[in-house]
Amino acid sequence: MTTQTLLDRFRKGLWYENPGLVQLLGLCPLLAVTSTFVNGLGLGIATLSVLVVSNGLVSSTRRWIRREIRIPIYVLIIASLVTCTELIFKAWFPDLDRSLGIFIPLIVTNCAIVARAEIFASRNPVGPSMIDGLVMGSGFALLLMAIGAFRELLAMGWLLAVLPPGAFFSLALAIAAKNWIDQR
Amino acid sequence: MADAPVIRGGVTLAAIAAVCTALVAITFELTDDRIEANAQAWLEQSLLPVLAGISFDNGVGQDRLVIPAPHELPGNDDAVIYRVYSGEAPAAALFVITARDGYSGAIRLLVGIDAGGAVTGLSVLEHRETPGLGDGIELPDWKQQFVGRSLGNPVSSGWKIRGDGGEFDQLTGASVTPRAVVKAVRETLEYYAANRGTVFATAIDPEKVTK
Repeated sequence: MTTQTLLDRFRKGLWYENPGLVQLLGLCPLLAVTSTFVNGLGLGIATLSVLVVSNGLVSSTRRWIRREIRIPIYVLIIASLVTCTELIFKAWFPDLDRSLGIFIPLIVTNCAIVARAEIFASRNPVGPSMIDGLVMGSGFALLLMAIGAFRELLAMGWLLAVLPPGAFFSLALAIAAKNWIDQR
Repeated sequence: MADAPVIRGGVTLAAIAAVCTALVAITFELTDDRIEANAQAWLEQSLLPVLAGISFDNGVGQDRLVIPAPHELPGNDDAVIYRVYSGEAPAAALFVITARDGYSGAIRLLVGIDAGGAVTGLSVLEHRETPGLGDGIELPDWKQQFVGRSLGNPVSSGWKIRGDGGEFDQLTGASVTPRAVVKAVRETLEYYAANRGTVFATAIDPEKVTK
């Protein structure tokens, strides 16, 4: 993979195909935990690491896996990785684990992860698949952090920002801003 | 043979399931001790707030009594009781119990009961209830309604959520979770009422304390 294509992939993951802003995947955790920057960072990193490893595993097993059983295999791989991530958070970041609560185990249901397994990792070699996981995960994590920071700042004067409606407003503003920048 | 692909698919699935299980098992082995230590530290941090309004002079968390399962307290793990004293007199007992009938998994609770049998405070140590609905049991206002309550206040028919004809607030959209918590607190009070003597008289088993 040349530097040019690598840069291109990053541009896609972070901007043109951002899982949250463009593909609108994984919105449930995105809306639910982004009340603070630290929460966004925590869930972002957890999702990112699951995505990198799950893309790697799905890609490395892709030759032996028949089409008919691919979905249960993705589910198995993703669920095990999420369980490991949860244990690691509980062991080393107990405070973050308490504030994210159920949303760490719920990474299992983040469709951004299964989507990358199906769209990319099941058709590409291990290296590019892991890079895909890295860029898509970073795109998702950065969005979580941006919305978390935005809502936390706003909440100083406007309490609604940390409540659920604030999440919808913030995401809508972020998508609108992205589209506005793209159209100029 | 027409079945060959099916068998091959099954074998692949089984092999990957075995690898995934091994991965989880290894991670569990590596993290288990730390997770246990973190849970204990969090528990000790939660002890003091549950004792609001009680005066005592031993260190909270020093006097730890383990009630091995099976016991009459809620939950089927070993229950833990922390006892605090004012001078020689018992001041309060803190029960670490598990409500098993929540919406999703076990709810670990810390219930403080003073020497007279009234609740001094409630703390939710761990749960997996639905975010935005059942997790309302963590709200200070909701927990506060237990403070000062005892078996006679309200009488036993009132130890239910409002929807079931009792006196405790349910949470909008989630009655299973508060119902489980109210029941667990009531059962703890009943256990305390029946075993008041032994709760404070039982000497600590040093082997269990060191754990």
